[in-house]
Amino acid sequence: MSKKILLEHINVPGIETLEVYRSKGGYSSVEKALKTMTQDAIVEEVKKSGLRGRGGAGFPTGMKWSFLAKPEGVARYLVCNADESEPGTFKDRYLMEKIPHLLIEGMITSSFALGANTSYIYVRGEYFYIIKILEKAIDDAYKAGLLGKNILGTDYSLDLHVQAGAGAYICGEETALLESLEGKRGNPRIKPPFPAIAGLYACPTIVNNVETLAAVPSIVNNGGEWYAGIGIGRSTGTKLISASGHINKPGVYEIEMGITVEDFIYSDEYCGGIKNGKKLKAVVAGGSSVPILPADLILTTANGEKRLMSYESLADGGFASGTMLGSGGFIVMDETTSIVENLYTFARFYHHESCGQCSPCREGTAWMEKILHKIKDGHGTLADVDLLWEIQSKIEGNTICPLGDAAAWPVASAIRHFKAEFEDYVKNPSSISKVKHYHNMNNLATA
Amino acid sequence: MANITIDGQTIEVADGTTILQAARMIGPEVAPPTMCYYSKLKTSGGYCRTCLVEVSKGSEKDPRPMPKLVASCRTAVMDGMEVKNITSAKVIEARKSVVEFLLINHPLDCPICDQAGECHLQDLGYEHGSAKTRTDFERRTFEKIDIGPKIQLHMTRCILCFRCVKVAEQITDGRVHGVMNRGDVSEISTYIEQAIDNDFSGNIIDVCPVGALTDKTFRFKSRVWFTKPMNAHRNCDKCSGKAVIWYKGDDVARVTGRKDQWGEVEEFICNTCRFDKKLTSDWTIEGPKEISHQSVISANHYPANMVKPRELTLNNIKPITLIAGEIK
Ligand SMILES: Cc1cc2nc3c(=O)[nH]c(=O)nc-3n(C[C@H](O)[C@H](O)[C@H](O)COP(=O)(O)O)c2cc1C
Ligand code: SF4
Ligand code: SF4
Ligand code: FES
Repeated sequence: MSKKILLEHINVPGIETLEVYRSKGGYSSVEKALKTMTQDAIVEEVKKSGLRGRGGAGFPTGMKWSFLAKPEGVARYLVCNADESEPGTFKDRYLMEKIPHLLIEGMITSSFALGANTSYIYVRGEYFYIIKILEKAIDDAYKAGLLGKNILGTDYSLDLHVQAGAGAYICGEETALLESLEGKRGNPRIKPPFPAIAGLYACPTIVNNVETLAAVPSIVNNGGEWYAGIGIGRSTGTKLISASGHINKPGVYEIEMGITVEDFIYSDEYCGGIKNGKKLKAVVAGGSSVPILPADLILTTANGEKRLMSYESLADGGFASGTMLGSGGFIVMDETTSIVENLYTFARFYHHESCGQCSPCREGTAWMEKILHKIKDGHGTLADVDLLWEIQSKIEGNTICPLGDAAAWPVASAIRHFKAEFEDYVKNPSSISKVKHYHNMNNLATA
Repeated sequence: MANITIDGQTIEVADGTTILQAARMIGPEVAPPTMCYYSKLKTSGGYCRTCLVEVSKGSEKDPRPMPKLVASCRTAVMDGMEVKNITSAKVIEARKSVVEFLLINHPLDCPICDQAGECHLQDLGYEHGSAKTRTDFERRTFEKIDIGPKIQLHMTRCILCFRCVKVAEQITDGRVHGVMNRGDVSEISTYIEQAIDNDFSGNIIDVCPVGALTDKTFRFKSRVWFTKPMNAHRNCDKCSGKAVIWYKGDDVARVTGRKDQWGEVEEFICNTCRFDKKLTSDWTIEGPKEISHQSVISANHYPANMVKPRELTLNNIKPITLIAGEIK
């Protein structure tokens, strides 16, 4: 068994309750931080830990925290991003449902480090039952003196609120989230200014993912160096992976960064291999936004090295032959999967979720969906495939927020690695309507 | 102060100036086109992406180029910054795509659109777009709605520039409209149909770059190029009273704000001036409004010698730009 940090106690009965959580050492980081450490010392430990944001971008958390502006007399906020709406990603849900106090502990310790006296958890609206779980846990924490005025008898006070989103993926983008939290339409803001300078109610704000904040207690308890010793290179610590698709054991796994992709897919400790003895065709390794890779490239890099579950290894080769760790939504597709159908589904999603503020994303996502619909139904032309490529390239990098990129990358990578399949859809429409699933033997793994 | 070079031309500007403002100071030959930015409206810009430019040198301190094209209307200059607008192939390409994106759902009903002849989307398409469309999908359509007695909203033509929303927020006493829904079905709407009716609501017509918001008192009265614009003023207790009155024959066909070189009004005017003062006797006429010779509006109106030779040499002047100022 590899290292478990976040999910160490996940199977302890009653771990969702305050009593059991505390009996397993829960909230000790709050005690340690508030009573023995300065704010700067905590930020320093988080820097040393090498912890990187688990929401998708992988930005170093300690560095982000050190950017927080601290003007005299102005409130600061910590906002937890629990909007988790990226297709293929469901790790935050698992964490909040099973061990809600870990997030709350992380938020108290982190809020103290940042000097925030009011903090928010912005939860995806569809997670309504989780909102209840969090509210109960927060309630219990208040009663135990872990939240509210003078926490554990110190002069630090913190109020923690849960806010439900209303069903928009874009509200996971941090500035759209802040707009929504302020009660406005969830449109991403034009940056700069960044939230660390002017965020919630124009005050300095840090937005962090659930998993990021849940890693803070262990860093405070054991020190940044301890955390940095886990994992590989600049991918320190452990990462939750939401594994889904054609595998024997879908679910949420905590991995130590640096295990091989092959191990993750095929070992019984994790995915347990491809379902029904089928062959692996492709993987979307980090949530729907990241480039899809065919079996050979997800298992080994273009240089022939084994690909690892880490920020660097998954990105090896750039977009030509690599992908991204993203939020860790690991979607496995077997040989029966139609890349075109799958891409159509993704494209439909991004079209539906575009906020519509900027023209390339608003119009481009809708256009790509229409073209893919045409191709998948067997009415496409070769020119349509070229046009798709052209459209995605004109969305990428030209939009206000990264949703435009997130919509473009799946299209680009599917065409890059599976162009033959698109051409087949165009050239042999009759065969598509007969078989529901598309077979492309050339791209199958031999593993 | 910061020194910034745009397409090889250097200018010194105050800190906090945007690339776009600096480019406009240099002149129309380097100024990127804009569809959503409006100098008189705070927080405008950033949406349409027509003003994207390439920053080939970030600043003197950090000379690295910026990895992506940036919206010039929302990016502040840095000392030593070097920007490529029309000298960047990437910018030209991206701009062409933005035009395409803006047009794939546009009805292209210019022949029956009141805005034709003074439409920024027409100019943009003409200068930066391509002659052919690459889509044959059905275009998005909406019902026309009357928002109040004087203004019609033809959402099908809207490019979602947010200018009218910002006008309502910043210069009227209550915003009752905004953007509903999201993505490509976003629409400007009052949600539950209601009138946008206050003393300054008419300005949403002037800021609308396309024919989505039109003046019902002028609808279908005339093509703009058959009207003659005159600078005029009146004593008004609500606004400056400085406007342009557009004659069709001897009748005042419509009244608008005075637009500058960039097609943006100099001052917002009130609805009384705009909608209710349609007699010559209501106004003190100052003289003809200078119109860029390239504008279709100027056709046949003024003697050829009014065209300044300088303008003739600049082929980058937007054809339908109204130039404010006295005629010499
Ligand atoms: C369209 C879009 C959706 C996003 N959704 C989420 C999300 O659901 N959860 C999340 O933590 N981050 C999401 N992000 C990333 C956030 O903007 C932000 O980078 C993140 O919350 C920062 O936290 P971290 O540094 O701890 O990762 C999204 C970004 C984009 C562009
Ligand atoms: S990229 Fe898409 S989601 Fe992001 S601001 Fe632009 S339209 Fe909205
Ligand atoms: S109606 Fe006109 S001004 Fe308003 S958003 Fe649409 S195009 Fe812009
Ligand atoms: S004018 Fe700059 S983005 Fe629209």
